[in-house]
Amino acid sequence: MSQLKYALYTGCTARESTPELLSSTLAVAKKLGIKIVLLDEASCCGASHLQDFDEFLSLVLNARNICYAEKLDLPMITICNTCQLNTVMTKERLDNDPEMKAKVNEKLAEVGLEYKGTSSVRHFLYALIDDYGLENISEKVEVPLSHFNIAPFYGCHNLRPSHIHYKHNNPLSDEEVGEGGGESSIQEVELMEKYTHESPYAPTSLDNLIEALEGNSVDYESKNKCCGFHVDLQAPETSNALSGTALLDAIDNDADLMVTPCPLCQLNMDLKQDSAGKQLGRDIELPVLHMPQMIALALGCSKEEIGLKFNVTKATDLM
Amino acid sequence: MSKKTVTIKAFRFNAETDYLPYYKKYEMEVGKDELILDLLNRIKWEHDGSFSYRRSCRHGICGACGIKVNGKATLSCKQNAMELVELFGDELVFEPQSQKRAVKDMIIDKGDFWEKHAAVKPFVEADVEPHPTSETKMSKEQVENFLDADYCIQCGACHYACPALEVNSDYLGPAAFAAAYRFTVDPRDDAGRERLEITSELGTGVWDCVKCFECAEACPKDVNPIEKITKLHNMQFEQGVAKRNVATKHAEGFVRSIKKFGYLDEQDIVLYSEGLGVVKHLSEAFKMIKAGKVHPFDIAKKKMPRSKNLDEIQKLIEISQKNEL
Repeated sequence: MSQLKYALYTGCTARESTPELLSSTLAVAKKLGIKIVLLDEASCCGASHLQDFDEFLSLVLNARNICYAEKLDLPMITICNTCQLNTVMTKERLDNDPEMKAKVNEKLAEVGLEYKGTSSVRHFLYALIDDYGLENISEKVEVPLSHFNIAPFYGCHNLRPSHIHYKHNNPLSDEEVGEGGGESSIQEVELMEKYTHESPYAPTSLDNLIEALEGNSVDYESKNKCCGFHVDLQAPETSNALSGTALLDAIDNDADLMVTPCPLCQLNMDLKQDSAGKQLGRDIELPVLHMPQMIALALGCSKEEIGLKFNVTKATDLM
Repeated sequence: MSKKTVTIKAFRFNAETDYLPYYKKYEMEVGKDELILDLLNRIKWEHDGSFSYRRSCRHGICGACGIKVNGKATLSCKQNAMELVELFGDELVFEPQSQKRAVKDMIIDKGDFWEKHAAVKPFVEADVEPHPTSETKMSKEQVENFLDADYCIQCGACHYACPALEVNSDYLGPAAFAAAYRFTVDPRDDAGRERLEITSELGTGVWDCVKCFECAEACPKDVNPIEKITKLHNMQFEQGVAKRNVATKHAEGFVRSIKKFGYLDEQDIVLYSEGLGVVKHLSEAFKMIKAGKVHPFDIAKKKMPRSKNLDEIQKLIEISQKNEL
C-alpha cells in the first residue's frame, strides 16, 4: 500500500474544547503511517447555524476551506460529522450549480483563490475503512479492547441525507470527483445502492471498527439517532431528552463506554449527563470517547495522546 | 429463486379493547415484485381479517398508507418489499408511524399533523378579482422555487420521523414548515410575512429543528423538508422578521467569531447568545474547567486559535455577507 496522505480539516472543536480529538487523531495517523497535513488556513464550517443566518456566506467560506486542500492536491478528511456534512453540501451545490459556483468564485477571486472541485471530502472514519482497511488496522492492535462493551453512536451528519453520504463518503475514483452527476441523478439511485456504503437505518461502519479492535460492539436502537446538540441553547429540554435517551439505551444494553466520530455528539453526550439524567429521572454515567481516542487506545498510543483526562465523564480508568 | 420466506412481525393494538400493544408474527412467501402494501393486504386477506391499516390510491399520491418498517418511514404502496428484506433481513417489523398515537394496528390518530399543517396557512392567500381579465403568470424560476415542496402528499412520514417533535409536542414539524415555505414563495400569495412570523417562534418554529435530516431521509417524494427549513431561517433575516433571541443570536454570532478568529469562539458564542441566561451553563463550564478542556483565564486572555490568512476570511465576510440581524 502506497503511503496515504490527507489534508485534515480539524474544525473548531478539535482546536478548542476537545483537544483530545486532535491529539488522538494525529497519534492514530502516526501509528498507521498515514501522512496528515493540517489545513491551518481553514475557518469554521458554520456548523449549520451560519447556514441558517446567511447561506451564501457559508458557501463562500466553506468553498475557501476546500480550496486549500485543492491547492495541496490532496483529498480532504474531516474529524467532525457536522464539518463533513457542511463541507460536502457546499461541494455538492457548487459542483452542480455552475451559476452559484461562478458567484462564489467571483468572491474568492478577490483573495486570489478559486474553487475547482478537485478534492474529495470524507470523514476520517471512512478514509480509514475504505483506504487503509479494517484488516490492516486489526494487525496493528496492541491492546485489544476485548474486555469492553462499546456502544457505537454514529451521529446524524455522517449518515443523513443518504444520497449525500453515498456520493461523498464513498471512495471515488479521481475522475468522478468534482464532475458532479447532479443531486437529482443521485436521488434517483435505487434505494439499496444508496445504502450499500452505509445505511442510515442499519449502519455498520463503526460496529465493524469496534470489532476490528477486538471490542464487543453493543447493538442498541439509538445508535443512529440524534443527540440534540444543535438546539442545546434554545431548547435544552429537547437536547437533554434526546441525548439522555440514547445514553440510557446504551447503558441498558450493557455498554461500558460509548464511542462517536462526531465531537459535537461527544460534547453533548459527555458533558450533559447530569442534566439529562435529572430531566429523565435516572442516573447517567457512561464514558463517551471520540472515535480516534478508541483507536488510539487499541493501538497502544501514549496517555497524553489519547487524552482521556479531558473527557468530562471519568474515562481515565479505561486505560 | 424469485421468492423468499419472510416473517412479518406486526404491531397489533386496538385502543378500544387492548390495555397494551403486542406483536404478532406472520410467515409468508414474498415475491420480487410485491410491495409492502401487498404484504399488508395479505396479512388481512390470508391471515387475520381484523388487521387494520389505511390505504387508498395505491399510486403514491394520497399519502394514506405510511407506516414504519424496521424503523424506516415507508410509504407502503411505493416500497418494494424485497428491497427492505435485503436491507433488514428476513424479519420485517411493521409498526404504525407513531406508536403513541396508535388507534388500531397501523392506523394512527393524525390529528396533530393536520392541526400543525393548518397552523401555517397552507394555501395561497390573495385578493383575487372575482372576474379577472387576465391570468396570473409565473416565470419558470418562480415555479421551480416551490415545485419540489409542492410534491408533498401529507403522508406524515417526515412528521413522525422527526425526533424534535417526538419530545416537544408544540413543535410544528417538517411537513408544516415545507408547506409554509411552499406558499410563502408563491408569487400570488400575500401571507408570507405572517407565515414567517408563525414559524419564527421559539418552541414551535424552525429554531427548534435539531438538524438530524431524518425528514429528508423519510420523505417518499423528495420534498427535502430540512432544506426548506434552512430557507425559512434565511428568509426571516432577509425580510427583517427575525427577532433578537438566543437562537437568532446564536446563528448570527458565528459571523462575529469567524471575523475575529476564523474559528468559532466556543465560549463567546454561548455568552453572546444567552446574555444573562448564561448562568444556567455555569455548572457545565465548571466541569469543562475541571477536565482541563477550557482554562478559566482564557476568557480574559483570549487564548483563541486563529486561522492562517485571517485577512482573507475577513475580506470574504465583508464582500459576501448578505443578511443582518
